[in-house]
Amino acid sequence: MSLVTDTAARQATGWRVTRSHRNVAWTGAGALAVVVVLALFPYIVYSGTTAILVQAFIVLTLASMWNLMAGYAGLVSVGQQAFVGLGAYFVLILAIHGTSPFAALPVAAVACGVAALPMWWLVSRLRSGYFAIATWVLAATVMLFIERFSSIGGGTGMPLPGFTGFNPTLLTAYTYWAGLAVTVLAMLGVYLLLRSRLGLVLTAIRDDEVAARTSGARVGLARMLVFVVAGVGCGAAGAVLAISQLQVQPDAVFNVQWTAEMAFATIIGGLGTIEGPIIGTAVYMVLQQTLASYNAWYLIILGLVAILIALFARRGLWGLVDERLHLRLFPVGYWLRTENGNGRPRSLRR
Amino acid sequence: MAWVNAIIQGILTGGLYALFACGLSLMFGVMKVVNLAHGDLAVVAGYVAIGIIAATHVPVLWSVVVVVPVMAVAGYVLQRTLIQSALNRGVLTTLIVALGLSMVIENGLLQFFSADTRGIGAGMSLVTSSFSLGSQIQIGWLLVVIFAVAVAVLLGLQYFLSGSRYGRLIRAVADDQEAAQLSGADYRHVFGIAAALALGTVALGGIAYGMYSDLDPTTGTDTILLFAFVAVVIGGLGSLWGTLLGGIVLGVAQQIGAQINISDELLAGYIVFLAVLVLRPQGLTARRAQS
Repeated sequence: MSLVTDTAARQATGWRVTRSHRNVAWTGAGALAVVVVLALFPYIVYSGTTAILVQAFIVLTLASMWNLMAGYAGLVSVGQQAFVGLGAYFVLILAIHGTSPFAALPVAAVACGVAALPMWWLVSRLRSGYFAIATWVLAATVMLFIERFSSIGGGTGMPLPGFTGFNPTLLTAYTYWAGLAVTVLAMLGVYLLLRSRLGLVLTAIRDDEVAARTSGARVGLARMLVFVVAGVGCGAAGAVLAISQLQVQPDAVFNVQWTAEMAFATIIGGLGTIEGPIIGTAVYMVLQQTLASYNAWYLIILGLVAILIALFARRGLWGLVDERLHLRLFPVGYWLRTENGNGRPRSLRR
Repeated sequence: MAWVNAIIQGILTGGLYALFACGLSLMFGVMKVVNLAHGDLAVVAGYVAIGIIAATHVPVLWSVVVVVPVMAVAGYVLQRTLIQSALNRGVLTTLIVALGLSMVIENGLLQFFSADTRGIGAGMSLVTSSFSLGSQIQIGWLLVVIFAVAVAVLLGLQYFLSGSRYGRLIRAVADDQEAAQLSGADYRHVFGIAAALALGTVALGGIAYGMYSDLDPTTGTDTILLFAFVAVVIGGLGSLWGTLLGGIVLGVAQQIGAQINISDELLAGYIVFLAVLVLRPQGLTARRAQS
């Protein structure tokens, strides 16, 4: 696919712009195979494993969203737990009124996207550090506001209705598939977004915001869209959280720990790459599972590793791989290919 | 009369919030870094004070004399090592390192001290006694003392920043870091001094909060950091006395909210913050709008 019209001069020197270095059909097929295998898990493994995987799906979705915001739009939010909580509570509200929680999931995600608009209006004027804390204050405000309503559990929370009569095995399977679907859609969404024109604007913002503005990029609009998309993604993850825990408690769903976890998973895996959150989530799950009995230790170590990686390996673990192998599983960049005198393709990467 | 009591209480807690906020404002003004671990460091100071009191049985106020300078030195070291290396690598790295520091401190405290709340000076007469104005207004001595200390600290900071050599250096670096470097200032040393001041004041705030209320590992973020930030924004970025004004507005808003509905105390404060953010984002003391 060429984005550059071929002039005679270009044809003479043989320049071509492609979206990827290697044939992506293979990685695409590979990804599809992975998803199919994952979808078969409820038939193969015990429910303990699928429960762990649902947790991993939630963290991966959250990390992908945080990566989209911080790595591409330059928005560092420490308040994404607001959307996690709102997603959970929208599912709760709909379930109380008779909807099946699984049917409520997409509605809750969209509702979170709508809720993101006034929240963006409130904090969009702030920059970097103050934006970060303002989102945190906003999340605390949302939690305090929701805690006022005892009909949805008040300050202590309530169980999620709509599961009576459900076969337990079927419930864990449906929860697992819901989590898998949300994660696949979230990552697919991020991938398609970054391949689109919006992705080009975001990459420009990531590299140099002032230059992007002078080139005519609508930075404010791009940032708002990213904030809304991240709200939808985090809301969907929150909905899966509510379904997997069968209850919704404000302290659990609005906890700032969610933002810390998604931020650290992204940083450790690699900020600004789609593959990074996958690696980061894997590291997070390994830490959590091995240190589960030591309570707060996994968060301490996660925080320390994140600090070390932020200081010494800025592009994260995937960045270390990427620098050696030039491997991109999700091709969203642009490659400039030319033929040198020997006829072998040389690639300049952008 | 309950309303008058509430408003007086709110004004006095503004002093406590100003202690939280002036360090955050100073660090942002000088180094352009929002220290997300600001509140957690205050809680660390409180826990250290508790430890010292438990181990040596000194009077509570003596622990302040020990802990505040220790935290100031710790702030200098922290700035010159961790935060400076994060600053060298950019804004995002600084935020991540600060967030990481906050999480590590909070969970470290949780791991080693459990989630129990702890107070400082529980039986002291300073903490429990109060005086009356007229027949219906009751004012606790502790809050009055904290307010006086806050005003003294702000006066001291103002004098330091305007009068002393290092104060001028801090203001120079805050205004224009590169020009200050051209004039021979070692900006890293100046940053360290600013961080020392910030941590010293917030340590004082943390101990004060431990006496006024209780400390637990999450107090740093839930209460201290968010209240400090709200006070700074309401008062106006870059103004020291603005932090006192912001703290007072926050305190009064909270107490009025509590009078309306006891569980709406925090929410009322945050709603006022959001209103200021929308209507006058530069804060109440700033004269022109900031970009």
